[in-house]
Amino acid sequence: MTNAAAVTNPSAPTESVGRRREFLYFAIRRPKVLVSATIILVFLAIGIIGPIIRPGDPNAFVGPLASPPDSTYWFGTTTFGQDVFAQFSYGVRATFLAGFLGGSIAAIIGMVVGFVAGYTGGVVDEILNMITNIVFVIPTLALLMVITAYLSARGIVVEALFIGLTSWPWAARAIRAQTFSLATREFVDLARISGVSSRRVILSEIAPNMSSYLFLTFILLFGGAILIAASLDFIGLGPTEGVSLGLMMYNAVAWGALPLGLWWWFLPPGIGITAVVGSLYVMNVGLDEIFNPRLREM
Amino acid sequence: MGRYFGRKLLIYALTFWVAASIDWMIPRFMPGDPVQSLLSRSHVTPEALPALQAYYQNLFGLDQPIWAQYANFWTSLLHGDLGRSVYLSGTAVTDVVMGALPYTLGLLVPAILLSWWSGNKFGAIAARRKVLDNFFLPIGYILTAMPYMWLAIIVAWLFGSVLGIFPLSGGYSYAMEPSLTFDFAASVAGHWIMPFMSLFLVMFGGWAIGMRNVIIYELDADYSRYLGSLGAPSGLIRRYAYRNALLPQVTGLALQLGVIVSGALVTEIVFGYPGIGKLLLAAVQNQDYFLLQGIFLFIIIGVLIANFLVDIAYVYVDPRTRVGMRGGAA
Amino acid sequence: MSLQISDLRVYYRTLAGDVKALDGVSLEIADGEIMGLAGESGCGKTTLGNSLVLLDGRMKYISGEVLLDGTPLPIADYEAMQELRWREVSIIPQYSMSALNPTRKIGRMVDELLHSRGRQYKELRAELLRRLELVGLSADILDRYPIELSGGMKQRLVMVISTLLDPSLLIADEITSALDVSSQKAVAQTLVEFRDRKFVRSMIVVTHDVSILYQISDTLAIMYAGRLAEKAPTGVLMEAALHPYTRLLISALPEMGSRFADKRLMGIPGTPPSLLNPPTGCRFRTRCPLADAQCEEQPPMVDVAPGHAVACWKVT
Repeated sequence: MTNAAAVTNPSAPTESVGRRREFLYFAIRRPKVLVSATIILVFLAIGIIGPIIRPGDPNAFVGPLASPPDSTYWFGTTTFGQDVFAQFSYGVRATFLAGFLGGSIAAIIGMVVGFVAGYTGGVVDEILNMITNIVFVIPTLALLMVITAYLSARGIVVEALFIGLTSWPWAARAIRAQTFSLATREFVDLARISGVSSRRVILSEIAPNMSSYLFLTFILLFGGAILIAASLDFIGLGPTEGVSLGLMMYNAVAWGALPLGLWWWFLPPGIGITAVVGSLYVMNVGLDEIFNPRLREM
Repeated sequence: MGRYFGRKLLIYALTFWVAASIDWMIPRFMPGDPVQSLLSRSHVTPEALPALQAYYQNLFGLDQPIWAQYANFWTSLLHGDLGRSVYLSGTAVTDVVMGALPYTLGLLVPAILLSWWSGNKFGAIAARRKVLDNFFLPIGYILTAMPYMWLAIIVAWLFGSVLGIFPLSGGYSYAMEPSLTFDFAASVAGHWIMPFMSLFLVMFGGWAIGMRNVIIYELDADYSRYLGSLGAPSGLIRRYAYRNALLPQVTGLALQLGVIVSGALVTEIVFGYPGIGKLLLAAVQNQDYFLLQGIFLFIIIGVLIANFLVDIAYVYVDPRTRVGMRGGAA
Repeated sequence: MSLQISDLRVYYRTLAGDVKALDGVSLEIADGEIMGLAGESGCGKTTLGNSLVLLDGRMKYISGEVLLDGTPLPIADYEAMQELRWREVSIIPQYSMSALNPTRKIGRMVDELLHSRGRQYKELRAELLRRLELVGLSADILDRYPIELSGGMKQRLVMVISTLLDPSLLIADEITSALDVSSQKAVAQTLVEFRDRKFVRSMIVVTHDVSILYQISDTLAIMYAGRLAEKAPTGVLMEAALHPYTRLLISALPEMGSRFADKRLMGIPGTPPSLLNPPTGCRFRTRCPLADAQCEEQPPMVDVAPGHAVACWKVT
């Protein structure tokens, strides 16, 4: 579980024109992108299709207690006789949702703060910087645990909202830096001279030229949100209803899966998270190489 | 130099103020009455209820005007009084947290330092040899994508349950009392090794991958090329590249602190290790808000101190910061 | 020292194929000669200069021979070249502004660099200081970090460092491009002085700015699209160039004292060909006013006078 920015920071965008065909050409040929995208899609499919072929409450007590995987219960059952696969597929759904929503909210906030700070500069920049630094330093989990502890009923949306509200700083910083460098370029000056409003300049001149960078940033935020959500769920601060991968892991540990060796209970959720997050990181690197030809190794 | 540190300290002070204020505000602005929700979940007899209610009212200071409550909060905070833990029957929160702190620090500090140092070295080596790189890269990404608690679970399962080498939980053997004996120390070490390993491994993956990427970038930089053109042996070039690559890794350390702390907390929960993580879980499960808030403040202070230490370290590592401070000539 | 380059080919590896940046160039440089190598961006002059010192990751040696003082220069062999770098062949790179390690004091870097090449800083320190003074840098520069220096200072510093071991051959790659005009003149003159004081024996000065070369070089070689177009002593080239490209290039230069009402500054219409799949025959023929069917065959480099060679069917 890492703040992915330290691991795989997307590098600066090159002069990008909408060369869609070239992009697709290289995207398909890059195993990193292909493999990681496939893995993500597979898990997404499980999350969507799984609950359809096994409908019903994933927490219901349906089967034999603590039995290993077999043909009926593909992932075995828990100590209470719950279907691990059903929990897993519902959990994948919850994980994707939390990650996507949380990542999107963080991305939006990060973009707003980053664009405004980078483009406007001056006092506004200073103030936004200070706010960014403050939110940055506060450890997310610590803050989240205090906030969510007070909410007696929590849903995925609320969880995603809080994650989004606390994990935007590094994105804001990165976007600000990029906006800074783009804002001094001639085409922006041209737009400004033509009397285009600041908001439109940002939306129609700067943002499109950073589109690949923004996309990569979103991917990293997505991955990060998944990890934070999993930790929150693990401590018991996730959604009060339903099931999630983090919650599965907590239950496994709390109800003795470790000494009893019920590996089918705690391995799948972890594999799911690791696979999805890892694929997001690798896809980020792969896409980065496409967007920035300089990075392609010979 | 004064200006640089002054600015940092200002931000940290501000951050602490904001964080502590948020901490204070939350119970008061959450939907519902905090005292009622505390009461409804505490298991007391109906006779004791009014007394407890009065106690909590007093504790939260809800009968006083808002600004007075806020001022009281800060006064007690600055006196080191973080309230009393409900779940631990009235022990001072400060005492409770201080009791758990050594265990957490005992995990965190060695894990951070060792993983940072060895991860960087390893990442630099991986960047050199293509074979090692191809083999290691996927492992590194997997390690760093793993949620901390899951790796903890796997380590606990493999070494504790399956192989039975190490104990599965606790900070030391349940049969022992803390004492300055060799046996006790050995027991502590035995219980320490698995949580330490699992923390270490996840962080190691992150640092190694980060360093590998940065070094590749540095080896391609103009100054590396120039040295090569002048016939400098690859050893010198690599040494310079490594030295320069450490800079973003030091800043990276500061960025990661929040994440690392969270990781330590959940790892402790998996191993039942008697540190702050386990305390946190208990606080959540028992709805012990004072304990929860106390832990939060401790974590904040710890992270701020660590950030400051990293800032100091950075000034040592990057000579340009010292130059900027004494005013360079053109 | 003498340098002979015969039919040198160095290509760049790219995902789309090999870019034939240097495609068969032959040159000779005599002892004490300053040769200017000029041409448009992408003509291969930087590739030529760099290939004599260090083949970077993307460059691939294909064929051709380089003889330094009669012995082969093993440019394709990284290890074998190590001995010769800095001592025999050296380069002032195009990126001089960023060529210094930002986190090391200058003096310490030079010390460590010398030590790694088996030389002692102590024995060279006096000479180093003398040369720094020569280019107008004070001794305390050794105590500074690169970030504290201006662009011009860094350029001069790199010039001194690159020539510290008195190489036989020095490549100066676009060293005036990032400077203002008066600095350009100072740097160009410094180069000549280095040669005159025998810090360096011979030089190849690579640039797209022909006017600088006019001031300092003994001979001029013009490159186009990876090949040599013309080579002659400077005066001859400027007055009596033969190759159509050279003539267009020179007529595109403004002259002191000319009034622009009289003469139009002519650019050369068209663009250089792609070097990924270059056309057969003379590469200039698509833009050349003299081209015809004969030019579909590559013209050889022919001596029209002692020291003056041209590659063009129409003038030989």
